[in-house]
Amino acid sequence: MAEDNAGRIAERDGFIVTKGKNKKQLQCDTDSSAGCVSQRACVYCGARVVLNPITDAIHLVHGPIGCASYTWDIRGSLSSGAELYRNSFSTDLKEQDIIFGGAKRLNAAIDGLVEKYQAKLVFVYSTCIVGVIGDDLEAICTAASQKHNIEVIPVESSGFIGNKSAGYRAAGDALLRLIKPSEPIVKSNSINYLGDFNLAGEAWIIHNYLRQIGVELNVTFTGDSHYTALKSAPKAKLNIIQCAGSMLYLAGKMEELYQIPYIQISFLGIEDTAASLRKIAATLGEKSMIAKAEALIAKETARVEAIIKGYREKLQGKKAAIYVGGGFKAISLVKQFREIGIDVVMIGTQTGRKEEYETINNLVDDGTVILDDANPAELERFMMEKGAHLLVGGVKERPLAYKLGIAFIDHNHDRKHPLSGFEGAVNFAEEVYSTVCSPVWKSLSKSGIDRGVTNHG
Amino acid sequence: MLDCTPKEITERKSGGMINPAKTCQPIGAMYAALGIHKCLPHSHGSQGCCSYHRMHLTRHFRDPVMASTSCFTEGSSVFGGGANLKASIQNVFHIYKPDVMAIHTTCLTETIGDDVSSIIKTAEVAEGKLVIHANTPSYVGSHITGFSNMTKAMVSYIAESTLPVKKEQVNIIPGFVNPGDMREIKRLVKSMDIEYIMFPDTSGVVDSPMTGEFEMYPEGGTTVEQIKDTGNSQLTLALGRFASSDPADLLNKQCKVPAAVLKTPIGIKATDALLMTLRNSFAREIPKELEIERGQLVDIMTDTHFHFHGKTVAIFGDPDIVTGITEFVLSLGMIPVHVLTGTPGGSSNSAAGSFEDDINEMLTTAGITANVKSAGDLFTLHQWIKNQPVDLLIGNTYGKYIARAEDIPFMRVGFPILDRSVHSYLPIVGYQGAMRLIEMISNTLLDRADRDAKDEDFELVM
Ligand code: SF4
Ligand code: SF4
Repeated sequence: MAEDNAGRIAERDGFIVTKGKNKKQLQCDTDSSAGCVSQRACVYCGARVVLNPITDAIHLVHGPIGCASYTWDIRGSLSSGAELYRNSFSTDLKEQDIIFGGAKRLNAAIDGLVEKYQAKLVFVYSTCIVGVIGDDLEAICTAASQKHNIEVIPVESSGFIGNKSAGYRAAGDALLRLIKPSEPIVKSNSINYLGDFNLAGEAWIIHNYLRQIGVELNVTFTGDSHYTALKSAPKAKLNIIQCAGSMLYLAGKMEELYQIPYIQISFLGIEDTAASLRKIAATLGEKSMIAKAEALIAKETARVEAIIKGYREKLQGKKAAIYVGGGFKAISLVKQFREIGIDVVMIGTQTGRKEEYETINNLVDDGTVILDDANPAELERFMMEKGAHLLVGGVKERPLAYKLGIAFIDHNHDRKHPLSGFEGAVNFAEEVYSTVCSPVWKSLSKSGIDRGVTNHG
Repeated sequence: MLDCTPKEITERKSGGMINPAKTCQPIGAMYAALGIHKCLPHSHGSQGCCSYHRMHLTRHFRDPVMASTSCFTEGSSVFGGGANLKASIQNVFHIYKPDVMAIHTTCLTETIGDDVSSIIKTAEVAEGKLVIHANTPSYVGSHITGFSNMTKAMVSYIAESTLPVKKEQVNIIPGFVNPGDMREIKRLVKSMDIEYIMFPDTSGVVDSPMTGEFEMYPEGGTTVEQIKDTGNSQLTLALGRFASSDPADLLNKQCKVPAAVLKTPIGIKATDALLMTLRNSFAREIPKELEIERGQLVDIMTDTHFHFHGKTVAIFGDPDIVTGITEFVLSLGMIPVHVLTGTPGGSSNSAAGSFEDDINEMLTTAGITANVKSAGDLFTLHQWIKNQPVDLLIGNTYGKYIARAEDIPFMRVGFPILDRSVHSYLPIVGYQGAMRLIEMISNTLLDRADRDAKDEDFELVM
């Protein structure tokens, strides 16, 4: 892309800082500028992402067809049981509905689906258009709920009311309604695991660790979860949170309503995984648990470090750029890259919060570029300027990186193997190695066949 | 696993969709806009839509898909998006420097009733730059409608008839097909030595070569000059009625360029029709090269016909593609038993005709009756298949759930294909495309035969 195209839009300046250069604070959590090529998604997207892994629910999208089509089973959340969530249900609004309101159509859709699938739980997501035509989702859902004697929960996720974070909140509100107990709670000794959507089976890895150190797991929000399990959420005595972006709000509410304290953990990378296991054991305060955690950490670290060392030798000195959804994940990734000998030279998020950007700023080296809600031109400019060899991002960033001749790994919905825990740390190193050191980069040459020949040497 | 579809077919009282076989207009408009050289598509609405559309196109083409958005907020949806759009126009030309900005609306901006054309008129657009727009409400039609609407916008904003006598030149509207198909159609026309303008033309844009640099505007795409010149052509070929006939009609109204609406040239018959139309309209001979290709294709068809003959098949996807594939598999002796598109298919009495009528006519000629439906969904298709199983399923990636649940060999064709690569580079149109389709069909069926064969039936030569 031509030099001047990488140009700036003055409004964007506040969203970009370079560590060390100045003390200015990064702007975040505000709206993107009109006319930009934003990588951001919408409120509905945020809500859908969080709720969709609930496997036995009917996820009904109230709106025109597109919103439902694009979110049909794109998450890669795995299930050990029901598969209902992998379908795409839409009211498929038509012109008449836009004029006369979509209530009739929504009612009919709920009736039809409940009859077909005998589900205990229906989520009805509102999309932009529903927000505008003003269907009374609340009333429709309440009526449907009574009629079928199941739970029909509205998710207020009209796309324009904010960005993805607002969608997380909408999902949180829906979950709070779902878990609200009808009887007094009897507390148990178990914990809830929040913010793991079981992509590539990641939640299963963590379940396994928790079992090994003697922690009783109540329910995961929301990876591989289902109606009955979620209902029991209030009885847990602790919440641990992996994806803070999506779950902090819910955790806060659960503390307030059900006196469940929460801690933030991260299972990305060896360092954070070990620290998190320790933190969980320490918080629960059981001696045997602490000992078991130490044993597990020692065993697993020894096992995976030997493998990772091999990769580190090959990767030492490479530079990475990060562009992911949430700030917490970005923080873990910086540490994880260090474990494999890679420096992070550019780091950005779609929805990072102020505190997270502060942590990032403290963590990274001087000269690292930090940016919020970046557009492709900015990503390109900083990756090239900083000489990144690798980009971590989501689906839209992959071809961008490839076009630049830069290696790529997906740390979003398209990952095909788990990146959590000790196993994940190995997978991560392996994936970074296989993309950064792939022979395909040798075929790349600016002047075409001529140089290709010399390149192959 | 993944089998949530009951076999019993009960009447669906609700109008809702289960597992849609279509998607919304803006993505089609975005794809069409990418087929203009140095054009940045712009989505007028919230960021979510734009992000989904780019994501889906990116997954299908595995190439960067750029588009800007008006980034609606609550305020804009209450007070209208005029200010947002004006700011967008300014910012887009300032930062991303396209030659053309192609705006499409989304459900939201349609519903609040933004009058995009008057907003454009009052916006400041620099000399030599161009803003066009299409209305693409998603509660009408499908992504195919959106493609058609944006192509219409190219005509209404750009095409001009400037010469007293039409040029000996043909316009080709290829419809919603892959860049590989567009290249192949261009090759056919070129080999007949006819001047042509293809629009939109996404070849070179979403299949651009890797150079180590990111080009916001790769070399491909129809230039504005070319689109303007379409008004001077002698003839427009609209390939695929659903995606292409409306823009061709408009061009005829606006610039008096007569239109011929043909099928998407999938298979021998439709390719013959394309070439014959060109031959008759431009008094050219069909070159030896194409005669040879055709001969090879017929040879392949005869060599392999017994693999396909009598095999039953279910076909779904976009209407123009499904129509082409149906005609082609019929020519191979296969039996389509379920044929479905998600796009609403017109009605029998309308001037444009109807999808169901088209398919039924082909089937009747072949003496076959089948389930045929437009505006359907994959739940319906799955139910049909449960009640009447088939030997082969043909359609886009979303068919894989049905294929797995029913254990049917599955061949991927159409849009979107999210789980395989290279498809967008290689044509399914023309004689060469037909050869490729035969290879795909036979590999799919024969791999399956090998897999299922008992040891005693397993053979080396098939
Ligand atoms: S709201 Fe957006 S994604 Fe949904 S159908 Fe409309 S245009 Fe498509
Ligand atoms: S219409 Fe609204 S809810 Fe649907 S994808 Fe677009 S921004 Fe999101």
